[in-house]
Amino acid sequence: MKAFLILEDGTVFEGTSIGSARDMISEIVFNTSMTGYLEVLTDPSYAGQAVVMTYPLIGNYGVTPDMESEKAWPDGYIVRELSRVASNFRCEGELEEFLVKQDIPGIAGIDTRALTKLLREKGTMNGMITTNANFSLEEVLPALQAYKVGDVVSKVTCTDTYILEGKGPRVALMDFGAKKNIARSLNQRGCHVTVYPADTAAEEIIQSKPDGIMLSNGPGDPQSCTSIIKEIKKLSDTTIPIFAICLGHQLMALAHGAKTYKLKYGHRGGNHPVKDLQSGRVYISSQNHGYAVDYSTMDPAAAQEAFVNVNDGTNEGLTYTGKHIFTVQFHPEACPGPQDSGYLFDRFMDMMKGAE
Amino acid sequence: MPKNNEIKKVLVIGSGPIVIGQAAEFDYAGTQACRSLKEEGLEVVLLNSNPATIMTDKDIADKVYIEPLTVEVVEQLILKERPDSVLPTLGGQAALNLAMELEENGFLGRNHVRLIGTTAETIKKAEDRLEFKSTMEKIGEPCAASLVVESVEDGVKFAESIGYPVVLRPAYTLGGSGGGIAHNRHQLMEILENGLRLSRVGQVLVERCIAGWKEIEYEVMRDAAGNCITVCNMENIDPVGVHTGDSIVVAPSQTLGDKEYQMLRTSALNIISELNITGGCNVQYALHPDTFEYCVIEVNPRVSRSSALASKATGYPIAKVAAKIALGYTLDEIKNAVTKKTYASFEPMLDYCVVKIPRLPFDKFISAKRTLTTQMKATGEVMSICDNFEGALMKAIRSLEQHVDSLLSYDFSRLTREDLLEELKRVDDQRIWKIAEAVRRGISYKIIHDITKIDIWFIDKIAVLVEMEQALKACAPRVASGRGGIDAGLLKEAKRLEFPDHVIASLTGLEERKVHDLRHEYGIRAAYKMVDTCAAEFAAETPYYYSVFGSENEAEKTEGRKKVLVLGSGPIRIGQGIEFDFCSVHCTWAFAKEGYETIIVNNNPETVSTDFDIADKLYFEPLTPEDVESIVDIEKPDGAVVQFGGQTAIKLTEALMKMGVPILGTKAEDVDAAEDRELFDRILEECQIPRPKGDTVYTAEEAKKVANRLGYPVLVRPSYVLGGQGMQIAINDHDIDEFIGIINRIAQDHPILVDKYLQGKEIEVDAVCDGEEILIPGIMEHIERAGIHSGDSISVYPAQSLTEKTKQTIEEYTRRLARSLHVIGLINIQFIVCGEEVYVIEVNPRSSRTVPYISKVTGIPIVPLAAKVIIGHKIAELGYTKGLQPEADYFAVKMPVFSFEKIRDADISLGPEMKSTGECLGIAKTFDEALYKAFLGAGIKLPKFNNMILTVRDEDKPQAVEIGRRFEKIGYRIFATAGTAQALKKGGVKAIAVNKIEQETPNLMDLILGHKIDLVIDTPPQGAEHGKDGFVIRRNAVETGVNVLTAIDTAEALITSLENTDIQKLTLVNIAEI
Repeated sequence: MKAFLILEDGTVFEGTSIGSARDMISEIVFNTSMTGYLEVLTDPSYAGQAVVMTYPLIGNYGVTPDMESEKAWPDGYIVRELSRVASNFRCEGELEEFLVKQDIPGIAGIDTRALTKLLREKGTMNGMITTNANFSLEEVLPALQAYKVGDVVSKVTCTDTYILEGKGPRVALMDFGAKKNIARSLNQRGCHVTVYPADTAAEEIIQSKPDGIMLSNGPGDPQSCTSIIKEIKKLSDTTIPIFAICLGHQLMALAHGAKTYKLKYGHRGGNHPVKDLQSGRVYISSQNHGYAVDYSTMDPAAAQEAFVNVNDGTNEGLTYTGKHIFTVQFHPEACPGPQDSGYLFDRFMDMMKGAE
Repeated sequence: MPKNNEIKKVLVIGSGPIVIGQAAEFDYAGTQACRSLKEEGLEVVLLNSNPATIMTDKDIADKVYIEPLTVEVVEQLILKERPDSVLPTLGGQAALNLAMELEENGFLGRNHVRLIGTTAETIKKAEDRLEFKSTMEKIGEPCAASLVVESVEDGVKFAESIGYPVVLRPAYTLGGSGGGIAHNRHQLMEILENGLRLSRVGQVLVERCIAGWKEIEYEVMRDAAGNCITVCNMENIDPVGVHTGDSIVVAPSQTLGDKEYQMLRTSALNIISELNITGGCNVQYALHPDTFEYCVIEVNPRVSRSSALASKATGYPIAKVAAKIALGYTLDEIKNAVTKKTYASFEPMLDYCVVKIPRLPFDKFISAKRTLTTQMKATGEVMSICDNFEGALMKAIRSLEQHVDSLLSYDFSRLTREDLLEELKRVDDQRIWKIAEAVRRGISYKIIHDITKIDIWFIDKIAVLVEMEQALKACAPRVASGRGGIDAGLLKEAKRLEFPDHVIASLTGLEERKVHDLRHEYGIRAAYKMVDTCAAEFAAETPYYYSVFGSENEAEKTEGRKKVLVLGSGPIRIGQGIEFDFCSVHCTWAFAKEGYETIIVNNNPETVSTDFDIADKLYFEPLTPEDVESIVDIEKPDGAVVQFGGQTAIKLTEALMKMGVPILGTKAEDVDAAEDRELFDRILEECQIPRPKGDTVYTAEEAKKVANRLGYPVLVRPSYVLGGQGMQIAINDHDIDEFIGIINRIAQDHPILVDKYLQGKEIEVDAVCDGEEILIPGIMEHIERAGIHSGDSISVYPAQSLTEKTKQTIEEYTRRLARSLHVIGLINIQFIVCGEEVYVIEVNPRSSRTVPYISKVTGIPIVPLAAKVIIGHKIAELGYTKGLQPEADYFAVKMPVFSFEKIRDADISLGPEMKSTGECLGIAKTFDEALYKAFLGAGIKLPKFNNMILTVRDEDKPQAVEIGRRFEKIGYRIFATAGTAQALKKGGVKAIAVNKIEQETPNLMDLILGHKIDLVIDTPPQGAEHGKDGFVIRRNAVETGVNVLTAIDTAEALITSLENTDIQKLTLVNIAEI
């Protein structure tokens, strides 16, 4: 079945429908990872967006037990070619079936490089995937322009608190759309992890007296999370060590008066170099963010820049002065992507020990 | 960390002659490194014995020494030039081994010279089997159960404790020389004995066999601050068991999930960190196909063939970055040369798929086993890029230039199912064609996988191509009945999968041109995408392109400057080597200097020409008419240059003319005239130039008639071939029958040439001609008499035995020929001189194998001169006097280098068919020293044990006696077979008679296997018996590392060189000052 990808600038790509045949409108973003398509699909940070994979051959090893959450989150999925066979010793099924089962509309067979270049040049755009060949641009374009990602954190966060047991430090994990490997990374280091819904009041967490608080990644515009930011401010006023990733990092910065802004086309992939300003070392990181913290708007007395992106100099991490708080824009939990910055979890462990 | 300012003068060591396992990739790496060092304002001294390389040009380094790569030479060079640092990590294993020896013997320390790029400790940790194993154990990186043994007994004991099969890997050898898989005690003993001998340190690793696991490689970079990145990972389609150099390889890996990918990536970074490598490194893994278990197979602490491939596959310039790291820079300080926005501290992301296929030499060595093992056999490789795997595979196949253009090119359709399954078990260069046939028969993926262990994903991709074949074939009845052709959808899909028009035509029954027109009518055209290292995330400025169908085109037609298309020479093979890349690159530079916009088309990832900053634009594409036409459609060049890219480029001439692209320089019809026997005879007649008498024939009967008329011996060869392929000397009718049979198997449609064989001196000349006047840099003379391919002969400049008059004749003949062929550019002529008579035996109106050599030893840059002439300048304007240039006051010897030990069952005796893979140079103030250096550069370092074997054919006996006498005088003990021994004794030379191999022991074979023989001189008889007599002796000698000479003239040259030269007192010549 034919499918069409219509962008808000009027560009139309024609391809083949994959997954669900329903129409969808979303923000179109691209990811440059060459492996890990399943982890991308199940990363809650993609809620409200449709993902283009720049690597052209997708689905080669099928669906493996590597889901980063319970379901797939993107609104749509765009690939050059979906493999017709899946080959891997852990393969449990084919990606096409998975997309159908997850009701995710997609399109294959389009020139994903041309699409990526468009998004790079014009910035992230909204788009629609449809199998209706008789679409009318006059009708579709206004709808595309009107699309807003909106409040997506509430859609992806857990509804109830739950516990992942461990014998070590007790960590409160704020779930703004957390990838499983954050909790797993803490668990592996022995932590007892309590996962809280995004709207949990700071008081509840503080009362539980955790040894540390972990703020997770998540989707959407950080500035729209006004109530969460207030709670985070309260958390940061305690002496509990806090480690934050991605959206968590942005929210903490907002809680300290800094500003965030939307990147032209974001950082999504597994090859971004980030420099640890203290050691001078460069690490290759896994990234997935469309917004960044503008460090120039941060009160320098409140936080020091800890990491920067070597490619474009954007902020990649902050250390809060006089507090046990450090936050990073990238993903030390990897999955997909390089595990080089996994040592940050160890730093968090040390911090929790030090605070004792 | 900024640059280390203590480094001011660096000695870069190259990799020496091209041999199997160490090829053009190191010219690419070395050239890139030298340019990178010079960019930093350093003084660069270069040492490499290979004159065919670009790195040995005076514009690449400040001082260039084309000298043998031995410890003695490097020591003398360091004392002469006093560099403060040595960079050994860009010259392959050869340079690394040299550096290790210099470090171990304390020379570097005593002279305060530092090794940069990597430390001796690191090299030892990575290369010494024991240290490597214990280092891996320390950081918990698994290796296959293994033991380093120094004796056959220990090897057997260990193998039987872990169970067969076992893999054997000798320490410190090239391309896995002497290694293999042993399935039983007998095989183990055979391989082990050989391996122990070939290893520099007498060690062989015996290891658990992990054949059948996935073979995965990672290319990693690290700087002194400890920052590490992976440039690329690659997956071998052929599982463990086939040397990675002989495997079909895809980048990035296709069948690994993120878990496996990251697991191995993390492992590679841990290893490079533990080994403390600064620069590039290659880590090879075996990954269990059904678990997460893996083993580290090997680590190369240097730039390697795989890194050249990774550089071209990603656009990340590994050698350049490695050189900067050696100077102290960190990755985040080095700019990404592709995007010019980002830095070297990132990991390339591909949005395409790359396939590499090895170029194997079985078309040259017909008797050799095609089986692929852990011993590398490929002489070169091709790479292709596409946005789908099937397309990349199809493009790579047709880039091979081995008469293959699809999965139908080798026909296994006549095999029974059982025989086909049996064939699938054989691991050889035709395996993917056999798999395609199995798919056609409906044999299940599972059965194919169980036999081959090739991942189902790849088998399915082959199946996609087979299904397309069938879909196209299904159109044939419609086409035949005139009821239609191919619908647009099918054609579009066939082109997306990179089916060439030619193949579509033969499957559907349409004319090829019709397919072309049809797809243009449907708007199906090749589009070009950029290799930008970042999957389009950043705007890149690098004009490095590959083609795809069904996509938007990114290659914009440029306007303004005149535009020239330079066609490269494709994969390195015997007969067409790195020399032609040298020529292509210099031609490109020369045109650029003249204000042209330059475009290179080539498909060889090992070369300098495919570096993205050589030409204004690089198209990494197959060199077929269709692929070139698609580029021409977009670029509309003002002209094409074909005379620098060997036969590969010449073959495209006709097609280019049809596309309306002017051929710059010598016209196509003149090139044809030199190849067409009748036309050429007429020209020779007009010019009054004699040639050996001969005729053109089609059948054995005609050939015999001609041969008897001319009188034996005669030279028999197919027309239109490379490197003397299929050329033979026949001494009787029986030989003719045999040779014509062989020729007809290779090339049926072309006529066969039968010429009188003249055994005179062979002379070679390269000249530049502007249509009127010529410039000859020098005359080269071969040491071996005619009958041995010019590429396999030792070539001497200036010619030693010619009279002034003969030289004048040669100059005059060259002028006449160049004029009447209307040569504009280069011409290469081979002559035979018998007494005062000069005969022409071959004319090539294009660049030749000797062009780099003669350019360097005369200091006359004939490629740029030829390019200027092609543009329209006259020789008189170029600052040179016309005609033959004055002779230099030193001597230069070009020595062929062979890779016989790598190719099981290949005959090593020299004849009219070329067999050498590379060459080295000896240059000195005396002829003897030049000769000595040339032998030394080729690895013949004598004496060792002072024992030699002499066994010669009857006509060589008088000369052999004299040679024997001279070897005896320098202290050699001579063993000889009965006839030769008798002749020696009669001549007063002491000789110990030994039994021939077929006679009882002790015989020749026992002597050879006894490992105390320096040299075997074995000259086989002429004719069809040539290759058969003594074959086993020569093979055994070569495989046990004994030097073997098969031409009496070579032997004489060797003794001459040994008589008067002292290895400790060599004069080193800086080529840059010539």
